[in-house]
Amino acid sequence: MAQVKIHTFDAVIVGAGGAGLMAALYASRSANVAVLSKLYPTRSHTGAAQGGIGAALANMEEDSWEWHSYDTVKGSDYLADQDAVDVLTKEAINTVVELEHMGLPFDRFPNGKISQRRFGGHMSKTTGRPVMRACHAADRTGHMILQTLYQQCIKNEVNFFDEFHVVDLIRVDDTVRGVVAIEIATGEFHIFHSKAVMFATGGWGRVWEVTSNAHSLTGDGPAIALRRGIPLQDMEFFQFHPTGIFKLGILITEGVRGEGGVLINGEGERFMGVRGYAPNVKDLASRDVVSRAIYLEIKAGRGINGQKYVHLDVTPETVNRYYEEDGEDRRIDRAYIEAKLPDIADFTRTYLGVDPVTEPMPVQPTAHYGMGGIPTDVHGRVLLDAQKNPLPGFYAAGEVACVSVHGANRLGTNSLTDLVVFGKLAGKDMANYCQTAELLPLPDGAADDVMAEFDRIRNSGGGVKTYEVRNKMQVSMTENVSVFRTEETMKQALEDLEALRDEYQKVEIQDKGKVFNSDILEAWELGCLLDTAEVTTVSGLARTESRGAHARDDYTERDDENWLMHTLYYKEGDGYRLDYKPVTLGRYEPKPRVY
Amino acid sequence: MQAQLRIRRYNPEKDTSGYWGEYTLNNINPNDSVLDLLHRVKWEIDGTLALRRSCAHGVCGSDAFRINGTNMLACKTLVSRLGAGETVKIQVEPILGLRVIKDLIVDMEPFMNHYKSVLPYFINDEAAPENGRERLQSQEDRARFDDTTKCILCAACTTSCPSFWANERYIGPAAIVNAHRFIFDSRDQAPEKRLAVVGDTFGVWRCRTNFNCTNACPREIEITKAIAEVKKVLATGEI
Repeated sequence: MAQVKIHTFDAVIVGAGGAGLMAALYASRSANVAVLSKLYPTRSHTGAAQGGIGAALANMEEDSWEWHSYDTVKGSDYLADQDAVDVLTKEAINTVVELEHMGLPFDRFPNGKISQRRFGGHMSKTTGRPVMRACHAADRTGHMILQTLYQQCIKNEVNFFDEFHVVDLIRVDDTVRGVVAIEIATGEFHIFHSKAVMFATGGWGRVWEVTSNAHSLTGDGPAIALRRGIPLQDMEFFQFHPTGIFKLGILITEGVRGEGGVLINGEGERFMGVRGYAPNVKDLASRDVVSRAIYLEIKAGRGINGQKYVHLDVTPETVNRYYEEDGEDRRIDRAYIEAKLPDIADFTRTYLGVDPVTEPMPVQPTAHYGMGGIPTDVHGRVLLDAQKNPLPGFYAAGEVACVSVHGANRLGTNSLTDLVVFGKLAGKDMANYCQTAELLPLPDGAADDVMAEFDRIRNSGGGVKTYEVRNKMQVSMTENVSVFRTEETMKQALEDLEALRDEYQKVEIQDKGKVFNSDILEAWELGCLLDTAEVTTVSGLARTESRGAHARDDYTERDDENWLMHTLYYKEGDGYRLDYKPVTLGRYEPKPRVY
Repeated sequence: MQAQLRIRRYNPEKDTSGYWGEYTLNNINPNDSVLDLLHRVKWEIDGTLALRRSCAHGVCGSDAFRINGTNMLACKTLVSRLGAGETVKIQVEPILGLRVIKDLIVDMEPFMNHYKSVLPYFINDEAAPENGRERLQSQEDRARFDDTTKCILCAACTTSCPSFWANERYIGPAAIVNAHRFIFDSRDQAPEKRLAVVGDTFGVWRCRTNFNCTNACPREIEITKAIAEVKKVLATGEI
């Protein structure tokens, strides 16, 4: 290991988005912490989140954390663990206030309090209508959270290792000893030797062709965990956001509908209501419901001009007409849209030449968010099995973790809530852990496995290009494991993935150098994507029911008798093993979901 | 249509100096972004091409390059903006004034250090409100600094500034934008600390008001105006 540089810290946090930075702020108060990211922290995808962060502040109308809990559980199609959901929704209130105290520039109501708006699935028990719960800063709430947390990390002198790409977890039996990372600028391998490790690596949306996710979201965290014997939970549940820009997948926030925007099909119908998908809340149903509706409209030939998209219309003329029809007092105008949705207007003008103030936007569902991930408890402690035995010292938080508060379908605004709430709780717990835990010795050759894999990629000569394999995977997953799936399509995906695994072994890179070799890193990332794609598909094939984002044409009903449980996928040799653990129920008994 | 790309190349492990790589791409679309084209070069033709990118829709700030002589984000610049007809010529080079590490990748550390020098974080040591809730702020006070909250630290502004090219110790427009964001936030209590930094020899007075920064900003921040507002506070002592 002569060429490997070794650093020693109490704890290492991998990923510098909302969860990683929040954890870093808390853990750094008492522990010596390093934050590693393959990007500069401010490039993290938390910054792309738009519409808002959910917390029952009740700044404009009556609200409560219990209502937020109920909506989250219902949104999850009853697969969320209700004790964890209560932690999320209670802590949300304090944590959003804490973000304001850190300087986060939320929009304000006329009374000076944090501004809130409506979002899908968030309801008032009193009025039976959507409630204003999404705390926001225009349509760049995630940007403000990411910037604010990074600013506070600078203030508190957090140790950052920017552009260090973590490629392995050092695990010895039931202990963790650190991580292996590549310094991208030099190509050198480094070991970060530590008492504790937290993964806050984000999602894996690049498994699919049309996605809202950044190029960097390649499932590194879940894939590394899997390879080190840690199960992945509920991976069959991947959210397709209803409104991505047609073909490009760029996210158009649900906040557009929260501000009165409506979905219109090729026949000019507001189909969410007219066609009976969500007769009550219409366009503000939860995301799985709306994505399925769009898919079915397109399939029935009612896309715009018969094409594979529908319109999202937030022009004041349309919005005000429906407000009047629905008996609402509100009215909007151009200035309001420019103030509340400036980035959306910028995106559609830039990429489509469409001005949302005067024209509807063409949208289609886009791969967006993994509800599943590395199983944890509410303190971010990673759990190894159905009996909830932890792997001491290993933590996960944010999208990569599965607590589970999102169950089978996440409500809009709850991802940002999840990041800051569980980032904080995990950071605190990890710091406490470091107080008493010992720094265990590094095993011999701790970096050898992953260095051998990089050598293999560097020297492989099969003539196949990374992007060819990646494209084929993305096309197959989009075709076969998307908004709807069946046994037939998922088996097809597995067949495709098996063939692509063989092709992956033949990937030949051109860059044999060390400095900023993104050629080799992209090839390695593709391996992670293939792993997460496979786990998603295997987990989905086994679950013979429809629940939340896992909608099957061959098993169309939710089956609580047999499937009210979490999936655990373990990698075993070249194969796998599935196990299941019960859902923690609470105040809310599973019942049919109607919006 | 066809794109003829000239990309500035430099590999420190091989080259003693930079050179122009030339690539022809067929079957391109006016709606393709420059990032799409750079990806096609990297993925289909030459895997050694190095560039930073992540979100691909103009919010992460990774891919600011000098494109046809002007600083832009590659992911937010569509081919149609650069030319029409059968063939469009596109030249891509690293942003200027920062050391080139490899191809389109520059050393961002000096830029980040200037940013950090203005104390770019909220300072308010007063106890939070007793009711345990948020500090209040009027909509007018919030609007006062809205424009400068949009910065994504892409460096397109600072690396388009002749004063920065002339002297790399100038903190540059991006750092001033981030100082502005806090100086004009009614909740913040340390404007004088930041004003001391931006009012120093290498601060705002290096700005010669030539608007390159404003033109370069992919977030359409009125940077020159923000700098002028900071200058005015320094001159009058009034925020």
